[in-house]
Amino acid sequence: MMRFLISALVVLALFAATPLVVHNEYYFFAGYVVLQFVVLATAWNILGGYAGYVNFGSGAFFAVGAYTAVALYKAYALPLGLQILAGAAASGLLGFGVGLLTLRLRGIFFSIATIAVAIVLETVVVNWTYVGGAKGLPTLRPAQAPFFESYTVWLFFVMAVLAVAAVGAARTIETSWIGRGLRAIRDNEGAAECSGVPTLKLKLAAAALSGGLMGAAGAPYAQYLSFIEPTSTFSLNYAVNALAMPIIGGMGHWIGPVIGAVLLGTVQQVVTVTISSEVNVLVVGVLLVVFVVAAPEGILGLFRRFFPRKP
Amino acid sequence: MNSLLEVQSLSKRFGGFTALDSVSIDIRKGERFGLIGPNGSGKTTLINCVSGALANDGGRILFDGEEISRLPAYQRTRRGIARSFQIPRPFASMSVLENLVVPLEYVVHRGSLHTADTRGEAMEILRGMGLADKADTPSNQLSQVELRKLELARAMAARPRLLISDEAMAGLSSNEVSEVLEILFRLNGTGITIIMIEHIMQAVMKFSQRVICLDAGRIICEGAPQDIVRNADVQKAYLGA
Repeated sequence: MMRFLISALVVLALFAATPLVVHNEYYFFAGYVVLQFVVLATAWNILGGYAGYVNFGSGAFFAVGAYTAVALYKAYALPLGLQILAGAAASGLLGFGVGLLTLRLRGIFFSIATIAVAIVLETVVVNWTYVGGAKGLPTLRPAQAPFFESYTVWLFFVMAVLAVAAVGAARTIETSWIGRGLRAIRDNEGAAECSGVPTLKLKLAAAALSGGLMGAAGAPYAQYLSFIEPTSTFSLNYAVNALAMPIIGGMGHWIGPVIGAVLLGTVQQVVTVTISSEVNVLVVGVLLVVFVVAAPEGILGLFRRFFPRKP
Repeated sequence: MNSLLEVQSLSKRFGGFTALDSVSIDIRKGERFGLIGPNGSGKTTLINCVSGALANDGGRILFDGEEISRLPAYQRTRRGIARSFQIPRPFASMSVLENLVVPLEYVVHRGSLHTADTRGEAMEILRGMGLADKADTPSNQLSQVELRKLELARAMAARPRLLISDEAMAGLSSNEVSEVLEILFRLNGTGITIIMIEHIMQAVMKFSQRVICLDAGRIICEGAPQDIVRNADVQKAYLGA
């Protein structure tokens, strides 16, 4: 635990120090997206990877975080930290609510409900003029960024903090009795319940935390783009990436989603710039199919196959 | 007031089908109790209602004097009812040892995890079951008899007062049957009440002090094992008229 905390602080210090070496602001702009996917993929994995309940509506949780932040920013000019907390709380509540309605039943009902929620909420936002409705809303960033010279670099650092926090939360869960309970649910829910695992409570907690982290990832989105509109915020891209990244990285271990997000996120950024943003979507699709067919345990599984742990 | 489990006129319907029709059973503390009946007679439905996997439609279930019919399954496990499954349901992503750690963490040492040696305790239980050398084996690589033992071991890890063994011996060789039977006798010797559901007649007859035979959701006969086999209704249920 101590070692992980120190590593986390070192990673954050490195992120904080990058502006001293890297001066091109574009790298922070692109890096923000990769880190945002680390949060999303890690959040998805807490429910999808550990407990086996697939969320197809990650975009909606992301967007609820983003629009909660925008609404509060517009109404009360809340600082970024509070926007993130509020976004996380709103999406966490959404996760809890969807869970309460569907997680009593086993199987795919939760997954179906997440798709429905995404569609319903997008429709709501499209018709909500206070936050710009369908035509979107420009947001003015604060003139001055705390600690850093540019606001983009500051947002990059904030997202790095969120990523480290999300990974820390996932790791803590994974190595604790809670993680074992979630895995028992995934392996066999009936047997888990008969082994004393309060399956509904655990699933609800995982859904709330997973949703909350997705909301936190979405909250700075409007500040990042200086603009927000529903189609890109509710984009299917988030839903696909949030589940493709853990699957490609490996779902059993907290590092899996991180590997998947860094790899896939970076490839997408590079492809978007060098080839086109259409090809970038294709890359995710093709990789997902290849991995599901050839390496269902992801990169981690491949790694374990070629470098088996010595007994 | 010596009964551990009282089932009072329990009913369970699936749509228009009555799986259990006003079944009443009274099981005493420390008893070895056999539950038999042809396929589809309601044995598994009955213990699903007792363990909480299914909600009963009518009647009451009392465990140690407390009404438990409305409690979720995990609460019943925490009160002392553990079961094995007819078709083994291991936590396949975990090692054999970790399978036992789940109930140890969620039932026995809930709230005092930092001081508990769950792995040591799990190992102790595995030793008693003859599974110690498989502790680190992934549970999806076990043989059929090992899976049956794991089912019992995991149930035991919840430190139950009542153990329900649902066809723990189906499909095993006669040597393996006596092995499992011996384990169950030993557990009963430590004071655990055991309900055995079994198709292997020699095993139930040897094990049980009292047997109930279900047919089409009703109790058709109750008594000592030797009386049950001679009972005309039981013979009719099993062999046809």
